[in-house]
Amino acid sequence: MAYTDKVIDHFENPRNMGSLDKTSEDVGTGIVGAPECGDVMKLQIQVEDDKIVDAKFKTFGCGSAIASSSLATEWVKGMTLEEANSIKNSEIVEELALPPVKIHCSVLAEEAIKSAIEDYQNKKAEKAED
Amino acid sequence: MQGEIVTTTATSEASATNKTSRVVYLDNYSTTRTDPRVVQAMLPYFSEEYGNAHSRSHRYGWGAEEAVDKAREQTAELIGCKPGEIIFTSGGTESCNLAVKGVAHMYAERGKHIITTAVEHRAVMDPIRALEREGFEATYLPVDQQGRVSADDLAAALREDTILVSVIFANNEIGTVQDVAALGAICKDKGVIFHVDACTGLDTEAINVDAAGIDLLSMSGHKIYGPKGIGALYVRRRRPRVRLSPLLDGGGQERGMRHGTLNVPGIVGMGEAARLCLELRDSERARVTGLRNRMEQAFMDLEEVYLNGHPTERLPGALNVSFNFVEGESLMMGMKGICVSSGSACTSATLEPSHVMRALGVGEDLVHTSIRFSLGRFTTDEDVDVAIERCVDAATKLRDMSPLWEMFKEGIDLSQIEWKHD
Repeated sequence: MAYTDKVIDHFENPRNMGSLDKTSEDVGTGIVGAPECGDVMKLQIQVEDDKIVDAKFKTFGCGSAIASSSLATEWVKGMTLEEANSIKNSEIVEELALPPVKIHCSVLAEEAIKSAIEDYQNKKAEKAED
Repeated sequence: MQGEIVTTTATSEASATNKTSRVVYLDNYSTTRTDPRVVQAMLPYFSEEYGNAHSRSHRYGWGAEEAVDKAREQTAELIGCKPGEIIFTSGGTESCNLAVKGVAHMYAERGKHIITTAVEHRAVMDPIRALEREGFEATYLPVDQQGRVSADDLAAALREDTILVSVIFANNEIGTVQDVAALGAICKDKGVIFHVDACTGLDTEAINVDAAGIDLLSMSGHKIYGPKGIGALYVRRRRPRVRLSPLLDGGGQERGMRHGTLNVPGIVGMGEAARLCLELRDSERARVTGLRNRMEQAFMDLEEVYLNGHPTERLPGALNVSFNFVEGESLMMGMKGICVSSGSACTSATLEPSHVMRALGVGEDLVHTSIRFSLGRFTTDEDVDVAIERCVDAATKLRDMSPLWEMFKEGIDLSQIEWKHD
C-alpha cells in the first residue's frame, strides 16, 4: 500500500491519541464502525462555551483510518461545534491524499465527529430537562 | 562470467549489524527467494546453451534437450514419479488450470461432476467456476476449524458422474496439510482422477504420487526457491493413463499436452530447485519448525492471540495468527521492515476478506486481525528475533490505540454492542 507521507506521519505520530472521561458532562463521545467491518473509531470532544477545547481518539483500523481520525482531532480542536459539524470527508481525503479504496475511512471520521457532537448535545439537552 | 552471483537481498550477515533498519522477509508463501545455486545452474542456458530443446539437428538443440532431460529427472525424483510423467508449464496457475480444465474437457462424456474443497487457491477455484458456467457441476467440500477436509465427506460426495477430485495439498494462507493419501485411496477405489495442488509445501514435505494415489500434481518453481514463470504438472501414465485436453494449441511439445517452445533456463532452474528440496528437505523441516515454534510461542504469550490453521498438521514455515483488537493492515504498517501478508480485507484491492478464513469459520472480526508469517530456507535466527520484537512492540502500541482493546479491558462484552454500520 503506497501511503502518502502525511498518512505515515499521522500513523507513526498520532495526534491526540487517548481517551477523555466519557461520563463527564462536557465530553461528547462518538463511536462509529464495527469490528466485523475492520474499523471502529472512537472520537471524543471536550466542550466549553460551544468551543471544542480538547479532542481525543482511539481507532481500530487500517493506517488510513488511524490517520483520518488523528487528523480529525487535530482539526476540531479550537473549532466551534458548528464549524466542526461542517467538516466534510472530502476535505480529509484531500489532505491525506487517500486512494479511492480508502475513502470510507474519511467517511467514518466525519461520522465520528458528528456522532461526538450529537452525544455532547444530547447530554446538554438532558441536563437542561433536569 | 558464468558462476558469478550477485545477491542484493539482505537476508542474513549483511544487515545483522544494523538491527533497526533490517528488512526481514517472512512472506515465503507468496514467493521465495530464488536460491543462488538455482540461478547458478540456470545462467549458462541464456547466452551460451541457448538452443531449442526440439532442434534435433545441431549441438545447441542437443545441449538444451540434455538439460531438460536432466531437469525432468530431478523434478520427477522429488515426487517419486517417472521423468516421462512430468510436463513443464509456465507456473502453478497454468499447471492447475491444465489439470482441471484438461480433465474436464477430455472426460466430459464420462461425467460432468467435479469435487474440490472450500480452501483451494484461486488457480483451482476459478477454473472450476469457469467450468460450472460451461455446464459442469462442482461440489465444494467443507473444512473443519483447522482447515482439514474429511475423507468421509469426500466419499459421500462422490457420484457416478464424478470425473475429478481436486484438493490443495497445503493451504498457502494457513499452512494446513491435507491427508492426501487417505483422500487418494478413496479416489483410487472409485476410479476417479485425483489432482493435488502441491504448489506450496514441497520444499519441506515428502509426497509420493504412487503411495498417495495421485494422478495429477501441480508444482510451482517460485514457491520452492526456483524461478518465477516455471511450473510442472505430473500426469500419471499407467493405471490409469491420464489424458488431458491442452489449453494451447501448437508445436506438439510435452506429449501434446503443453505446446510451446520449452523454457530451458526455467526448466533447468525448476530441476535444480527440486534437487535442492530433496537434499535439504529433512534438515529444513526441523530447522524451520524450530524457528516457527519460537515465534509462535512468543506471540501466544500475549493475551488474545489466536492461531489460524492446524496446530500440528501444518507446514513448518506457516504461522497465521490473529492479534485480536488490532487490525491487520495497521499491524503490518507498524512492524516496519517485516515483510508479511494479512488476511485483512483492507490489504486487498477488493476489500473482500479471504475465502479460506471464512471457510474455517473464523469470525469476521478476527479475520481483520490476521497476519500470515511464512518462514523459509533463508530465514535466520536473527530474523525471527527482530520480527518477534517489532511485532510485539507494534501490537502493544496499536492495542493502546484500539477502542476495542480499551472496551475489552473494561470488561465490556463486544458481541453485545450494537455497532453503527455505514
